[in-house]
Amino acid sequence: MSIPIFSVQKGGLFTTFQDGGRKGFQSLGIPVSGAMDTFSHRAANLLVGNRLDAAVLEITLAGPSLYVENDVTIAICGADLSPKVNGSPAPMWTGIRLKRGDMLTFGKNIAGTRAYLSVAGEFALPYVFGSQATETKTKMGGLEGRPLQKGDTLYGKKQVSEQLTIRRTLKPSDIPEYSDRIDARVILGPHLDFFSDETIRRFLSEPFTVARQSDRMGYRLRGPRLFYKKKESLRSEAMGFGSIQVPASGEPILLMADRQTTGGYPIIGTVISADLPQIAQAAPGAKLYFKQTTVEEAQAAYRKQESWFRFLEKLHQNI
Amino acid sequence: MEQQFSPIGDCGIRISFGSEPSPERSRKMMNFKEQIESSALGGITDIIPGYATLAIFYDPFEWTYPALCAELKTILSELDEAAVKAPIVYHIPVCYEEPFNLDLDDVAQMNQLAANEVVSLHANRLYYIYMLGFLPGFPYLGGMDKRIAAPRLASPRLNVSAGSVGIAGEQTGVYPLQSPGGWRIIGKTPIRLYDPDRKPAILLSAGNYVRFYPISYDDYTNIEKEVIRGVFCVKTTEYIGDSHVSN
Repeated sequence: MSIPIFSVQKGGLFTTFQDGGRKGFQSLGIPVSGAMDTFSHRAANLLVGNRLDAAVLEITLAGPSLYVENDVTIAICGADLSPKVNGSPAPMWTGIRLKRGDMLTFGKNIAGTRAYLSVAGEFALPYVFGSQATETKTKMGGLEGRPLQKGDTLYGKKQVSEQLTIRRTLKPSDIPEYSDRIDARVILGPHLDFFSDETIRRFLSEPFTVARQSDRMGYRLRGPRLFYKKKESLRSEAMGFGSIQVPASGEPILLMADRQTTGGYPIIGTVISADLPQIAQAAPGAKLYFKQTTVEEAQAAYRKQESWFRFLEKLHQNI
Repeated sequence: MEQQFSPIGDCGIRISFGSEPSPERSRKMMNFKEQIESSALGGITDIIPGYATLAIFYDPFEWTYPALCAELKTILSELDEAAVKAPIVYHIPVCYEEPFNLDLDDVAQMNQLAANEVVSLHANRLYYIYMLGFLPGFPYLGGMDKRIAAPRLASPRLNVSAGSVGIAGEQTGVYPLQSPGGWRIIGKTPIRLYDPDRKPAILLSAGNYVRFYPISYDDYTNIEKEVIRGVFCVKTTEYIGDSHVSN
């Protein structure tokens, strides 16, 4: 059974449902999509007692106006877009209870780019290729594959009486801070044979600026041009979240959640999973400094973050 | 030849099967992919064929990079060559006539051919499906006749309709859904390579072959009606060698 939670009075700039992504269908050409900032997405679900991969609203820069149709517990994580309940500032990184008739709005962008809004008991949405994530180019998932718009009603799966009653809050030391200077660790390759040692040295020592033409598919980066040292072209192959592909122009593109499954440009390196949430919060103009790391160090950082989530998830289940 | 393993970030492994792709090599990769899938290793999220590479994405909470590489090398060394699946041929009707053949005359002119010569070189030929990517269900095909090669449009069209059959360089392909695109369009199929309301939603699968056969405008509209009603069945036959061009 589904219960109306919000009616949308204003959709915001680009508000979409996102979850853990459409995994297992890339060999058919189906993009993964899912939350850009996986840390904030999972934290928002943790705080309201949901599966970590459940669908939430990903809110970009200018947020929506949502009228509360039924009492509900929510959490807002990620970018500080000045959330307000009935005009008063609402806390972030904590579970909050909304009452029927409340208005949830957003205002000034204080820090970061993308906020994540979860509701206890999860949103009720159909699954497309095993996921509820919105992909707007192929019009897949979420609300008919499009962003929220005025007049939409958003449904939840559980009555408030079945929802979490304990208020959960993240420790201040666990809450990330966003900056417009980001150190991003990369694992070099696999197509290093396209680049001279000097080009790789510049890639790892000079800053790259996130250009205006940046979206959920990828960030265009301005910085030193990374020209090829050979004329051969590459045959199309798979790419990952955080892979930095370099077209012949030498201007790299950092591939994000809505990236195509395959591409034909050389990849100079891939940003490690633990550092992608910071990049997901970067706005045009932010400066990225790429630092080389090893797979071993990257996977240790991944496991540390994953263990933290699993520990808290288990702790909460035992309360 | 020896396969080369390298990381794609901390969640991916790229295995290179050599620089020159061939259907034989590709089918060996497909066999490897199926063996990994049937070995039911946990923590693997996607296995994605490229022209001459296989990418495996995994959860680093379940696997370290060296541990998964070792496991995959074992599977690779024990590959059962006899398990390579016999490919099939998908027969796809294409109308090479107006109003669908937007760039056919240009492609003909660039290659000093008549339009009907381009069509006869493009149709009734077997194209190997190396991989799907770019868009849901988009096939990367090998085997086009170089005599009809044509560069991409200088400025891509904002909207290419689903089913459009195009040429880009020495490649040919079919748009599975409406999308911007720079391929030179020589015809259109009423068949949907991607239909989210159909099972399976994606028509083609890598490791098999496509053959285009020319149809008239009237045939196109008739087949289109059948496709909309969900009653049209794409003909498939067994692959019996590269000379196979029968109707």
